[in-house]
Formats: sequence, C-alpha cells, structure tokens
Amino acid sequence: MKRKTNIVLTGVGGQGVITAANILGKATVNAEMNVYASEVHGMAQRGGSVICSIRIGDVSGPLVASGTADAIISTEPIEALRYIQYASKKTKVITDINPIIPFTVAVGGEKYPNLDEVFKEIKSRAKLYKIDAMKIARDSGAIITKNIVMLGALAAAEILPFRYNILLDTILDNVPKKYRKINEKAFRGGMDSIQSI
Amino acid sequence: MEIIEGKPGKTILLLGNEAITRGALEAGIDVATTYPGTPSSEIADTFSAIAKYLKKKGRKSNFHFEYSINEKVALEIAAAASFSGLRALTCMKHVGLNVASDALMTYLYVGCKGGHIIITADDPYCHSSQNEQDNRYFALFGGAPMLEPATPQEAKEMTRIGLRISEELKQPLLIRTTTRLNHARGPITLRKLEKTRGKGYFEKDPMLVTVPSTARVKHHDLLKKMERAEKISEKSRFNEIITIGKTSKIGIVTSGVSFNYVKEAVEDLKINAKILKLGMTNPLPRKMCEKLIKSCKEIIIVEELEPILENQLKVMAYDMNSSVKIFGKSTGHFSRLYEYNPYIVTDAISKIIGVKNPISKPTSYKIKLPSRPPALCPGCPHRATYFAVKKASPKNTVYPTDIGCYTLGKEPPLNVADLLLCMGSNAGIACGLSVSTDQKSISFMGDSTFFHSGIPPIIDAVHHNHDVVITILDNRTTAMTGHQPHPGTDFDGMGRPAKRIHVEDVVKGCGVEHIEVTNPSDIKETTLVFKRALEFKGPAIVVSKSPCILLENRAKRKTGKKIPTYEINQDKCKHCKTCIGQFGCPAFYYAEDESIHIDEYQCNGCGDCVQICPFDSISKKEEK
Repeated sequence: MKRKTNIVLTGVGGQGVITAANILGKATVNAEMNVYASEVHGMAQRGGSVICSIRIGDVSGPLVASGTADAIISTEPIEALRYIQYASKKTKVITDINPIIPFTVAVGGEKYPNLDEVFKEIKSRAKLYKIDAMKIARDSGAIITKNIVMLGALAAAEILPFRYNILLDTILDNVPKKYRKINEKAFRGGMDSIQSI
Repeated sequence: MEIIEGKPGKTILLLGNEAITRGALEAGIDVATTYPGTPSSEIADTFSAIAKYLKKKGRKSNFHFEYSINEKVALEIAAAASFSGLRALTCMKHVGLNVASDALMTYLYVGCKGGHIIITADDPYCHSSQNEQDNRYFALFGGAPMLEPATPQEAKEMTRIGLRISEELKQPLLIRTTTRLNHARGPITLRKLEKTRGKGYFEKDPMLVTVPSTARVKHHDLLKKMERAEKISEKSRFNEIITIGKTSKIGIVTSGVSFNYVKEAVEDLKINAKILKLGMTNPLPRKMCEKLIKSCKEIIIVEELEPILENQLKVMAYDMNSSVKIFGKSTGHFSRLYEYNPYIVTDAISKIIGVKNPISKPTSYKIKLPSRPPALCPGCPHRATYFAVKKASPKNTVYPTDIGCYTLGKEPPLNVADLLLCMGSNAGIACGLSVSTDQKSISFMGDSTFFHSGIPPIIDAVHHNHDVVITILDNRTTAMTGHQPHPGTDFDGMGRPAKRIHVEDVVKGCGVEHIEVTNPSDIKETTLVFKRALEFKGPAIVVSKSPCILLENRAKRKTGKKIPTYEINQDKCKHCKTCIGQFGCPAFYYAEDESIHIDEYQCNGCGDCVQICPFDSISKKEEK
C-alpha cells in the first residue's frame, strides 16, 4: 500500500463537492486510517469554482502539493482542467462531461472552450476518464446525487486504500433513510461507468 | 450527533472549527458568543446545532450560546460571564476583532476571572474577506497570551487547555487560527466532557472600574501577567523542538498550519533539521528560542503574513550577540502576501539550503478558461432589488455597499457596488458622498448588517438631514455565513422563540420620515419605491423584504412542495438580451446557435425573470 493518497475534488459551488469530500473523509476514518481534508466555505460557495482536497495515510497537512494528486475528481469538465497543476502523468482525472456555463460567459464576454480541446489537454497531462455523471444521477432518481456518482467512480478507479463498500456504507449512513436507494443506485452507476471504460 | 454523544476515547472526523467547539465542551464551557463570519462561523454553528439537538431530545443545554448583535457585544457578554466566574468563549473572524477591539484592549488590562478564550479566525489570501490582516499583532498590541493550532486535534486541545491557562493567569487568551485550520477536517480523539458551573456570582471589586487611577495599576498588572505567561510558554507542551534526521545546524521556526508544510518539506527534501514548532506564540518561550539560536548556524522562519516570529527571533539573536543567519521574509525567501502551500514552503527551504526541490512547479493550463467567480444565486431576491434600483436611478448614481451576499452585486451586468470598507460602512459612506458631491447615492446593507452596525449612520443621516437613499435588503437571515439567525428572526441561536425586531420599526424610531417597505419580487412596484425615495429630500429608507431563496427552497423540499423551473419560448424570444445583459441570472445561457435558454439544474424557480422579459417569452415549466 502507498504511504500517502492525495485526492482533489473540484466542481462548482452548490454541486455537493464539499459534501462528497466530507463523506470521503468519514469513510477513511471508518477504514481506521489517518486523513486530512481541506474545504472551501463562505463566499466561494456561491456558484464559484470549488476545490477540496483529501489526503489519506502518513500525511501531516490537508493541502495537496502540485503534481502529487493520485486523482482529480471533477463534477464539471473545465474545473478538472482548472486544477490540472495538481496532476502528473500518473494522475487519474475523472470528470463529468456536462458543462456548467459560468455567467461570465453569458454576460462578461468570456468564452467557454471547446470540450474536445479541454479533454485533449487533460489527456496530455494525466489519465482521463470521462463519465456522464449527470445522466447517471438523473437515471438514479435525482440530479443532486451527481456528487455520489463521482464518489462511485472514484471507488472503482483503484485509488482508495480501502474497499469500496466502506465508502458506500458511509454514504448510506449519511443520507436520510428514504434517499438511500437513490444514492446507492447513483454510487453503483458511478462505479459501473469506470469499470466499463 | 457524535460531537456531543461520542464516547471518550473514540476518534471522529471533525472540521477544525467543530474541534474548537468540542474542546470548549470538554473544558465545561458555560457561555459562548459570536457574530458569524467566515472562516469562524462553524464554531458557533456547532454550539447552535448542539443546543437545538438537545432541545429536540428534550434535554437541557448546560451552556448559554448566542449569536450576538456584533462582535463587541459578543465579547462583552462573554467577559461578564468570566467576571462572574464562568468559563467563556467568543469567536469571530479576524476583522470582527477590529469591532471588538475597543472592549478587548481594556479587558486585557482588567483581566478575567473564569477562563475566557477569544478566537480570531484569520483569512490569509482573503478567501472570504475584505483584507488579510494578521491578528497576531493584537496579542502583542494588547497583551494577550496566544495559541496557534496546526491541526484540528490541536485546535481542540488548545481550546481545552487554553481555558485553563486563561483561568490560571486571570487573563483572556487569544486562539489565532487561519482558514486552512478552520476548514480542515481531521481525526479527533474525544475526551470526557467536564461539568459546567451553572450560574456564577459577580463579586464587586473597585479594581474592575477602569478610571485612570485603576488603569495605571492594571497596566502594571498586565505586564506582570505576561511575565508569568512566558513561564507557561516555556513549559507548554505546545512548544517543542523536533529533530528530524541527524543533529543539524539548521533550525526552522514555525507556527500554525505552516508547521504541516514544513514537516513534509523536510521529509521530502530529505534534510536534517531542528524544527521549533511554536503553539504558544505569545509570549514566546524565550529560553527555548535562545537554545535553538545557540545550536544553529542558520535559522529559517516559516510563518504566513507578517514577520512576527522573525522579528522577535532577530531581537533575541541581537541580544545574545549571536551570528546566526536568519532567513525569512526580510531575505526575500518568503512573502508577506497570501497563504502558503506545500510547494511554496518546500521551494523556499530548498533554495536556502541548496538542495533540489522534488515537487514540480505548479504549471497552468494552456487553454483559456472562463473565470468562475462567486455570484448571487439564481433566484436571489437581491437581484430583483438591484434590477429595480438600476431602472430607477439616474446616471452617475453611486452605490455604496456592505459585507454580505449582496456585495456580489458588484459583478456585471448589475454593477451595483462602488465602495466597500467594512460592516455597516454603506450608510456612512452614502452620507459622506451627499455632503461631498452632487451625485445621488443609494446604499445597500443586509438585515444582519443593519443590526450589527448599520443603525448609527442612519441616525447620523437623520440628524444632519443627509440626502441619501439607504436600502436594507431584508432576507431574514445572515445568508453568506451559513444562514444564522439575527434580531430580525423569531428564533435565536439555541432554537428558542425570540422577539423579532422589525427593521422598519427601528428606522422609524431613529426618526426617519421617508420609509417604504417593498417586496422585490414585484419589480415594477419596487422600481417606483426607489423613484419616490430618490425624489425625497433627506434620508429615505427602503426595506426590500424577501426571504433567501436557498432557505425558501429548503423549506419547500422539507414539506414536499415542488420547486418550479422556467423556460424560454424560442418563438417569442426576440433576443433583446434583457435577461442576460441586464438581469444576469446565472441560470440563463447561450446555446451554440446563440439562442437563450434556462439551465434547469441551476434555476431555483423564483420566477422573477417572467416580469423582466419585454416579450413575455418566459413561463413556468414542468415541476422538478
């Protein structure tokens, strides 16, 4: 087993990135391993770009150094590229393919880039895994489970130093009873999407 | 609710802020007060959540917690608890301590009785703040013992032990955190909860009245206390020299979260070094520092923001006639700006020592990405108010703004934020502009900000008849920091029913003659309200009332009510761009063929856009 596991979670404020980071941290404690995580709160949450990091194992602080992430999990494609400084050639970048267009494009005259070019650049710097997390979430019963789909994808990507069912059990422990089925479906959907690549 | 129910010895994952709350509970905290502010908010929110949880379970909280009206009042209430022999905690963001500083500076003379911890949550890089002031200066400025945690576990322990140190010294103690501690999660080992004291008793003492003759005595006492504090600092388990690798002539002095970066940097660089990890940073453990200075040829100081450790270490080295070389900000190896990260610290240390940095330099992406700054949420009622204001106001109108979500009105296309200093500054600035220019001013503040510090400038405006329009954006919550209650809500921080104070009643009591209350979701009427306010000669107040859409939708989801979404009829749309170019709700977007759509994932269903479309092309879609 590796001494340190560094995971970066990114996306847009309001997509459940912080919730996903929190659940992943709790799962690590359930797996009886050391963990530090860093989150963004406050102003950055109002639709802004969000980054959280989770470090597992023999680590003393929560921030991931540039070029040392084992995985970058992104709920939005350009947000995966925005934080590419944390990736090396070995890093697995798992991203949802559905853009969320920032308002700066509509009103500020900025441009949302061509996605093929975005994916091409990520590919040139890391290992890219694209999934349609939005569709999987919708098919599971609620689009707000997109973050759980991403955790499922992470669990299947052979990054975590513990078994996937610890993560799944932690998710189910942390959602209201009536939403458990939807969340399990979303998680397994995320896992399948990686295993079928 | 593990944070209160978890058994001693158990390890749970907590946010740095939650760990502080747990530490206070483990020390039997009696009174906790705050005014919310990122990155400190979750300390208080955790007290609030615990109180509500216990209430729900039919159990009584054995502490008093409150979201006070502002930081100064929060500090005064907790200080009174301490004078009564109780243990107290006050938490706030760094700029909050500016508000509380009038009370603080003399409180540090008077000293406390029960242990009192004051938490200042600093925000290097201004993640959610208007400046990145280094509040360690307050400890030096006023004479407060200070602790700086590096990890959530340490934050818990420092809160617990800090309360004892404060009680022992009879001196309020500062715990200084930074965003990367407040919002870091880590494993916390629980200890048992100490009993609280119930009611205290205030013993009268003429030395508690700081007239000049008392103050002169108290200043002397303060210096004596800090001498005793230095002895505690020498023995504190929070200060230690950690040797990594073989004995070395290289020393590294660090505190707070920087220690984490230093430790991994030394490991990654595979160097030998002695790390002086400082947890109690005021007063510094002089003997421990001198021991390090004596045993080293080179000392590297790693601290974010101001060179506070660096300057003190240099003075010590000078007094010792030491030839040790001290590296830090003055040698240009470290910056006084922003926050550090593993790369910055590893790179600077590698350059000083002359070894290769194994961490790759952060390299940016080649494609140009659109920026994604925070914005007013889709459905935010402030957007409708701002849209109406823009319709009503003449060219060159100045919009002084304030601290809260509504600051985000700064972004295009609204552009309704021209000047911002601090909490409550909007109205004072508007008054100043009315005496200095012929331009119209319409200023904005939230309801929580109004209660915090927005009332005195309104009284100033009335007394001097300043010709201003002051807007209170009343969404019945302190939204930006996480929806805390305030005097305008009918419940308090412990979930108990509370007397609601109406903004319009207060301004009436201040003597304002022109007051209008409007619901911004009626955009046409709200525009007229602002027009009338502008026509009035003298101070006019507009209270724009509509609940935060996030709270409203949360309540809808809870009660099973549907949240609608809206769509654009493409046949009716004439592409005038009012929705995007003037209203600017982030749910609108251009498709590749330049047609305009509403993103169902983002739309919060307020329906305000239906009113602003001149061609009647927006209507309710199916329910989600």
